Amino acid sequence: MTSSRRSALAHCALFILCILLVACAVDAALAQPFGASRGGPPPEVGGITGWIFAQQAAFYRMLSSTIRAAKSDGSAAYTLMGISFLYGIFHAAGPGHGKAVISSYLVANNETWRRGIALSFASAVLQAITAIAIVGIAAVLLNATAHAMGNTVRVVEIVSYALIVLIGLRLLWVKGRALLKLLRSPAHEHHDHAHHDHHHHGHAHEHGRDHHHDHHHDHEHDHGHDHGDEAHAWGHAHAPEPNELVGKHWLRRGLSAIIAVGLRPCSGAIIVLVFALAQGLFWIGVASTFVMGLGTAITVAAVATLAVAARGFAGRLAKGKPGGGMILLRGVETAAAVLIIVFGIALLTGYMVSERMVGV
Amino acid sequence: MLRLFLVAILSLTFAASARAHPHVWVTMHTELIYGPDGKITGVRHAWAFDDMFSAFATQGLDAKEKGKFTREELAPLAKVNVESLKEYDYFTYATADGAKVEMGDPLPDYWLDYTDSILTLHFTLPIKTPVKAKELKIEIYDATIFVDFEWAKDNPVKLSGAPHCKADVVLPREMTYAEGKALSNIPADQMNTTMAWGAQFANKILVHCP
Repeated sequence: MTSSRRSALAHCALFILCILLVACAVDAALAQPFGASRGGPPPEVGGITGWIFAQQAAFYRMLSSTIRAAKSDGSAAYTLMGISFLYGIFHAAGPGHGKAVISSYLVANNETWRRGIALSFASAVLQAITAIAIVGIAAVLLNATAHAMGNTVRVVEIVSYALIVLIGLRLLWVKGRALLKLLRSPAHEHHDHAHHDHHHHGHAHEHGRDHHHDHHHDHEHDHGHDHGDEAHAWGHAHAPEPNELVGKHWLRRGLSAIIAVGLRPCSGAIIVLVFALAQGLFWIGVASTFVMGLGTAITVAAVATLAVAARGFAGRLAKGKPGGGMILLRGVETAAAVLIIVFGIALLTGYMVSERMVGV
Repeated sequence: MLRLFLVAILSLTFAASARAHPHVWVTMHTELIYGPDGKITGVRHAWAFDDMFSAFATQGLDAKEKGKFTREELAPLAKVNVESLKEYDYFTYATADGAKVEMGDPLPDYWLDYTDSILTLHFTLPIKTPVKAKELKIEIYDATIFVDFEWAKDNPVKLSGAPHCKADVVLPREMTYAEGKALSNIPADQMNTTMAWGAQFANKILVHCP
């Protein structure tokens, strides 16, 4: 009992440390727009980030000359697709909230990597579709100005960021309560603990049902999975049973995340589409936008997979240590939910600039 | 180990989240205007946008002749441009012998020009209190890196009315001799990745007067 309590304490300490690290990371990420954006010179960007910036800038600028070339030379269209693909990969590797929100969502919800990849691709496709819809309707059909398109994007943006806050709040409600309950109860033996966790998941998904009345099967199913995953077989998170992927319920649940991330179109895609339209090559622009989305999806999926792997790793680590391990895991989930809220609020209030439409 | 993993994930996911992507490229010509008393009175910018942004910005604008825009037709866009630049301090920051120099809103004679599918914004930022300085530093940059600024290849900076002063253009990144040489050898119509990368640092003008 004493050793288990000590272990619980140690994990509490570890958990607090994790929270601190998260806070530091967020602080670092926000520091620039919070403070120096109006005054001091831009911070130096070197190493990998600098290289990514250079690559995406290079590919973006190549897009314009290749679209021009496609006007007279059909084969340039193939080159354009290649450049669009690479631009998408590097673009997503650089700044953007999509990766962060999807990764946090996966960690908080304990989703599998396969689902992470599916969510990444779905949101990237949606992002391409919104860009095409906005330019297609506003510019092609209505001949609206860039200013009008910018205003449309801003409305879409607010909806998208608000949705991120809502997703975070819902996850915090579910995961935070599970954590609180775990913290309030005294230290448990391993057996008790597993039982305890089981109970919690029942709770968590009751809330889920409040929001999704038709999710009965999902509830049963996830419940079983979480139980097996967290209480008995941590490592199995990476090898989901085939039938796990058959059900569409997780996709319906993830739809909010897909929409939140995918709704806000990339300014670059909109500019490329309008430029292609001005060259009389709108359909080439549409194809380029979808290929860009494919590249973006690959990068986001890679980061999402990494986040899921880290979460699985934390799970395996917690398995060996009863009591505190569960607290740590619930803590990480809760922290991920908090992060989603922080991102949403930072984006909504403009403290974090993900994309900008300037001067038009 | 877990901590390490978390740190790695977090830094990968969030490190760059706070930045925007460059989606607008500006090629700059800047003229520093001095009064007869040797004090700087204003900064006159001519910012040429890249062809994609130029096409984007002119989308849906009415023009008598298709593909051509007169100064009058572009006047409403110029107004929006200049007004929205205010929020970003016109991306122009000046110090005189180390002290911050306050700049006012652009003079009303700003205008947009559209030539060869390239949009160029002309505007003059007045210095609120004209100042005489041994060393004047003017920096032009967008801290969020949505707009990427670079100097024009031909005479990017001009001094007007300051015969005894000398202006030096400092490129965004300290370049080695070899890099500078390579840069000057790149044809104007070619992609220039070194500059695109380097432009994340401030573009600087240093003016030294006796």
